[in-house]
Amino acid sequence: MAVKILRQKPLSLAEKVYLPQVVAGMRITLKHMFARAQTLQYPEQRPEIPPGYRGVPTLVKDPNGREKCVSCQLCEFVCPPKAIRITPGSVPEGSGRDHVEKAPKAFDIDMLRCIYCGLCQEVCPEEAIFLQNQFSMSGYSRSEMVNDKGRLYEAGGTLPDRHFKWDKKRAAEEAHSPHA
Amino acid sequence: MIAPIKPDLVTVNVDGREIAVPKGTNMIEAARLAGVDVPHFCYHPKLTVSGNCRMCLVETGVPAVDPATKAPVIDPGTGRQKINWSPRPAIACATNASPGLHIRTTTPLVKDCREGVMEFLLVNHPLDCPICDQAGECKLQEQATGYGRGTSRYIEEKNVKPKRTQLGSRVTLDDERCILCSRCIRFCREIAHDDVLGFVDRGSHSTLTCYPGRSLENNYSLNTVDICPVGALTSTDFRFKMRVWFLKQTDSIDTESSAGVNTVVWSREGVIHRITPRRNDEVNDTWMADSGRIAYKAVRSEGRLTAARVAGRDGSTGEALAAAAELFREGGVAVVGSGRSSVEEQFLTRRLAESLKARAWLVSRVGQSDKLLVSADRNPNVRGALVTGLVGELPQKTLGELSAAIDSGAVRTVVSVGEDLLCAGISLVQLGRVKVVYLGTHRDATSEAARIVLPALTVFEKAGSFVNQQFRIQKFAAAVPGPAGVQDDLETLSALIRAAGGPDLPSAVGPLWAVMAPQVPALGAVQHGTIPATGLLLDSSPWAGLPFVEGESLHHKPAR
Repeated sequence: MAVKILRQKPLSLAEKVYLPQVVAGMRITLKHMFARAQTLQYPEQRPEIPPGYRGVPTLVKDPNGREKCVSCQLCEFVCPPKAIRITPGSVPEGSGRDHVEKAPKAFDIDMLRCIYCGLCQEVCPEEAIFLQNQFSMSGYSRSEMVNDKGRLYEAGGTLPDRHFKWDKKRAAEEAHSPHA
Repeated sequence: MIAPIKPDLVTVNVDGREIAVPKGTNMIEAARLAGVDVPHFCYHPKLTVSGNCRMCLVETGVPAVDPATKAPVIDPGTGRQKINWSPRPAIACATNASPGLHIRTTTPLVKDCREGVMEFLLVNHPLDCPICDQAGECKLQEQATGYGRGTSRYIEEKNVKPKRTQLGSRVTLDDERCILCSRCIRFCREIAHDDVLGFVDRGSHSTLTCYPGRSLENNYSLNTVDICPVGALTSTDFRFKMRVWFLKQTDSIDTESSAGVNTVVWSREGVIHRITPRRNDEVNDTWMADSGRIAYKAVRSEGRLTAARVAGRDGSTGEALAAAAELFREGGVAVVGSGRSSVEEQFLTRRLAESLKARAWLVSRVGQSDKLLVSADRNPNVRGALVTGLVGELPQKTLGELSAAIDSGAVRTVVSVGEDLLCAGISLVQLGRVKVVYLGTHRDATSEAARIVLPALTVFEKAGSFVNQQFRIQKFAAAVPGPAGVQDDLETLSALIRAAGGPDLPSAVGPLWAVMAPQVPALGAVQHGTIPATGLLLDSSPWAGLPFVEGESLHHKPAR
C-alpha cells in the first residue's frame, strides 16, 4: 500500500493569536444575551399548544353539563396498547338523562400504557373523548398513573357541541308523547 | 344401523351453479348449500316463513317449455334450454326448490331491491348503535354494510316509539329498533306455545307489544332475544354488561337436565357474561331454556370452595390427599358418584370404587319435564354413569341402603363426588357417624360435615363429555380458568385412586380417553377428539330395558 504524506498548512498570524475567533464568539454570545429568549422558564412558563395537539386523553361534557360518554367501549376496543378499561352501566331512572340509557360506571385510562395515538378520539361516536393540551403526567406509583372517571372529566371539562343529539332525541320523544 | 332414507333431490341453479337439494328446501337454504348468501331478516330456519321483510328478494326463472307440446324450448344462441326469467323478483324464503328452478342473486335488479329494502328499514331505525347491546351481532348493521346504499337520504323526523319496555322479567323491548320481522311472535306461538306477543297499530306506527295483562314470562323467553335480528329485544340480565366483540365463545353443554342442550359460553378474561344456545338439529335446534342461561352465576357465587380442608382447617391438597389415603386404609368405604359429573369423571369414580372395593351409588334428581328442552331427569349425565359402568341401574332419590350400612357400621367412610348427602337421604346424625371425603364446588351441609374437602371445578372450568337422554355423547370445553389453587377434578380423582392403592391413571381428557375407551364397550373406537360438534349417538341397547324417567321432548322419544 502506497503511503502519501500530507504536510500540515502553517497557521496564519490571526490564527496563531486566536483573538479574532474569541471576538467572533463573544459577538454571538452578546447578540443572544440581548435578543428575545428562545427557551421557556418551564414549568413556570408553559408553551402554547397548537390546535390538533394530542395530549393526555380526557372525557368531556357537553355545554349542558351532560356526560357524553355512553360506554360503547369502541375506544377500549380500538386502543392499541389496551390502556382503556370501561365498566358499562345504565343511567339511573329519574336522573333526567334516562333517555340516554347507558353511561360508564367506571372509566380508567392507564397512562403508563397510553401511546397518545388518538385512535380513541377518532373512533368515538359520541365525541366524548378528546386528547387535549395536557402533555406531562407524573406520579409516584403505578396506580396514580391510572386516570379514573373523575380525573378524566376534571381534565376534560366542557367542549362545544355541534349536535346535541340526545337533547334532540328527548325533544322528539316529548313532542310525540309516547304514542297510544 | 339402518341407512337414512335419501330424500328426493331436485336440481336447482343458483347464480349459474347447479346444486341438488332436498325437495321442499327453500331457496335461502338452497343458496346456502351452494355457498351463496341471501340476506334475510324475518326468515328463520326453525320457524314458519312469514316473508315480510322482503330482504331476500331474488330473480327467479324456470326452464321454458312449449305450452302445447311440453317440449323444452332450446335457446338457439346457447344450445341450452331457454330460461323464462320472471320480470319481478320473488322472495327466496317462500320459494321452494322445484326441478330446474334458476335464481340470480347478483343482478342489478336484486342489488336495487336490497338497497331499497335496507333504506326503508333504516328510515325509522334510531341508529343508536353506541348504546345498543346488539351492536356487533346485529343483522341490520351487517346487511346495511353489505347491501345498503351507504348514505342516508332521509331528512324527515324519525318515528317515536316506546323504549325500555319490560316485556317480562328477563326481556327488555326497544320498539324503535324493531324492524317488525315477527320472528319473536312466531317463536312464542310455534315453539314456546305461549302466544303473548303481537303487533298493534298500522303502517309505520306498528308496534310490537304484549297482550294486555300478560307478560313474556315463559321459560323460553330469552330465545326471542337470540333470534331478534336487531336490538329490539335484549336480555335484561346481559343488558349493558359487555360488548359482544370482546367475548370469547366456548362450546359447552347445558347441565340443567338430561336434554343436553348445546350451548355457547361467552366470556371475557375469565369472566362469563352470558350463555346462548348452539344450533344442533338433533338435540335442541336453536333453542334453550332461560333457566339454563343463569347457570354461569354459580362460578363466581358466594360459598365457592377454593381450598382443601382437613378436619375443619384449611390445608393443602397434598395434606388432604394424604389424610384421605389414611382413611382409605381403614376400609369400610362407600362411593357416591354423581349424575352431574362428566363421563371421564364417572369413569375415574368407578375406578376409585374398584380400587377401594367399595360400592358406588348415584343420586337421582327428578323434576317436571316441560316437554321441550328441560327433561324430567335433572342430572345431565345419568347415562354416562351407565355407559362407563359406574352403576348398573338407575339412581335412587334416597340412598336407603347406604344409610342402613352407615347405621350398621359397615360403612365408616363415604367419598362423595359433588353430591350433598343430606339431600340424598343421609341424616345429619348419620353424617356425624361417618368420615366424609367431599369433592365439591360450593359450600353445603356435606362440605361442613366432611372430614376432608377437596375443591372442584364447575362445568365451565373443565373439559369433558356428557351422555344425554338420547345416549348422544357430547363434549364441552373449558370456557374460563378455575379459581386459583383448585386443581382439575380428573387430577383430584386420579390422585384419590392412587391414595386408594389403585393404578396411576392419566388426568388429562385426551390421554384418559385412550385408557377409558377400551374399558367401556359402548364407546368402542371413539376418542374424545373425534366426537363431532353435534355429538355422537352411542349404542343404547344394553340399557333398553331400564325405566328412564324422561318423557317425550323435543327430538326425543322414550324407547318404551
